[in-house]
Amino acid sequence: MSVERSRLTWRDTISEAVAAITQRPVRTLLTALGTILGVGAFVATSGLAETARAQVSSRFDALKATEVRIQDAAPDGTNPFPDDVAARLERLNGINHAGLYYTVADSGSLQPRTTAARPVNSGAAVPVIAAQPGAILAALPVLQVGRIYDDFHETRGERVALIGRAAAAQLGVARVDNQPVVFIGDIAYTIIGIIDDVQRNPDLLLSIVIPASAAERDLQASGANYLVLIDTAPGAAQLAGRQAPLALRPDHPERLQALVPPDPKRLRNQISGDVTSLFLALSGLALLIGTVAIANATLLNVIERRAEIGLRRAFGAKRSHIRRQITIEAALVGTAAGITGASLGLLGVVATAASRGWTTTINPTTILAAPLIGLVTGTIAGLIPAIRASRTPPAETLRA
Amino acid sequence: MTDTVPPAVESVVVVEGLSKVFRGPPEVAALRPCSFRVGAGEFVAITGPSGSGKTTLLSLLGLLDTPSSGRYLLDGVDVAGLSDNDRAGVRARQIGFVFQAFHLIGYRTVLENVELGLLYHGTAKAVRRERALEVIERVGLSGRMHGLCSQLSGGEKQRVAIARTLIRRPSLVLCDEPTGNLDTVNSDAILTTLEELHAEGMTVVVITHDAGVAARAQRNLQIRDGVLSETVGVG
Repeated sequence: MSVERSRLTWRDTISEAVAAITQRPVRTLLTALGTILGVGAFVATSGLAETARAQVSSRFDALKATEVRIQDAAPDGTNPFPDDVAARLERLNGINHAGLYYTVADSGSLQPRTTAARPVNSGAAVPVIAAQPGAILAALPVLQVGRIYDDFHETRGERVALIGRAAAAQLGVARVDNQPVVFIGDIAYTIIGIIDDVQRNPDLLLSIVIPASAAERDLQASGANYLVLIDTAPGAAQLAGRQAPLALRPDHPERLQALVPPDPKRLRNQISGDVTSLFLALSGLALLIGTVAIANATLLNVIERRAEIGLRRAFGAKRSHIRRQITIEAALVGTAAGITGASLGLLGVVATAASRGWTTTINPTTILAAPLIGLVTGTIAGLIPAIRASRTPPAETLRA
Repeated sequence: MTDTVPPAVESVVVVEGLSKVFRGPPEVAALRPCSFRVGAGEFVAITGPSGSGKTTLLSLLGLLDTPSSGRYLLDGVDVAGLSDNDRAGVRARQIGFVFQAFHLIGYRTVLENVELGLLYHGTAKAVRRERALEVIERVGLSGRMHGLCSQLSGGEKQRVAIARTLIRRPSLVLCDEPTGNLDTVNSDAILTTLEELHAEGMTVVVITHDAGVAARAQRNLQIRDGVLSETVGVG
């Protein structure tokens, strides 16, 4: 014997669910509140983390990010670097300037001064720095007067000097057009420029700077702290740090140690990761609360609608029809909550960013995922109430 | 046990030894084994005091509950042992209900409540709408069709409930105290409507403890302490 089954189309199911939701807006809003907060927190979290990450990029100290130093990993008082530091490094991709740099050890015999005669009572000695032209350029200097010595002077070991602004004041040098000299030990160096400012290595402002080749020849420097200063293009510091030791000492690269700034990308990701994981945890908690809230509200709703559910059963609804309708109601509430939460979260991100003068940055996937999160949350939350509703005994609920 | 339908009349309902025992503790025999028939187009009243088993019998006839024993043929088909889904199918197509408490969905309009009668029938939306308008007009509620059911009077609510059943054109209309919540005027109007349905050939079974209602039925069955004991009178 076959009995014609009752039928309910998906379209009718959705229509019934929509009617149940829209015709009781206050109840629906209260049901959805938890999920709205959860999804809103999720979107706000992701958006703020993304926006903050973008800010790290724009505010990151670009100067620090383009500075690399190569130092002796095992100092033994000797110079571990070859003579042609600049030639080797400036061939590498992303390196703007590079050169050897060290402070000449002074036991008191140098007595830098502008007169041939040594003073009897000298004050604080002006330090002497030996630097190849590339190292000076890597410090991004601004000259007060004169010029910077170049590869010609370096190669020939010319006795020329640059003096920093403070050193110039100490030595009483204000101009270079009269070819002033500075005596270091007993050797005269012609001052060809005065450095007004530098963006790196401010000790240059306090010092006399001479070509490294001249210093090596004239001053027999030993025991100095040899360094190679490198100025790179933005984003090339990491690469330069990896390649420079090999380029300078292909025979013994481990002798050299590269000091590179933190990778901005990694820093961004780290900051973003810290922020995101914290807020995602909070969002997850909020979503969990939202799920429980929907489940609880839907369960109460089902209990309150026992008579209606019994009536639907009396008029031919199968258990599966009831399950389907209640689940879809919860899923629709979840989806609507997801969309509302995403909108509020986005507004929060925009408002926060605007108040701080940031540019709002948000991954569109986050926004698109929000309704899906709501849908899944609602569906999961609706399952138990739906099953419970489908078990409603119609005879019992319809008794007067 | 009674069997009062003349053999020549086709029976819509044939009940043989139908009983219902609610498993306890304590175990309660709500309906003792009973047998009767309801012929096509009959208007039958089942009367009895509160707690006598009237509503249990209506639940069994309406396939809202399953019997503990016995056979139940509806339109010649044994429906007593059907699965839950099959019982839903029979309810969707062959049985209509009118309840004392109306059981309308308060947050839906009159039109939507009436359309609900065909929702699980598989009828297209346009057809549902067309038939709903017809039956609403018939019960005299055309002017209120877009109003919410929660805003109707008791009499109007029961007319909506009757329209919701009428739209399905069922083989059997089961009414559980249909005038129990109504005043005299509205009660009379509802009973008149049921009489009209009967006059049109619809099979109507009314459960009531109101002698006035029973008096307007074509035939009365009486139930007391779960025992359907006798047939009294024919209206």
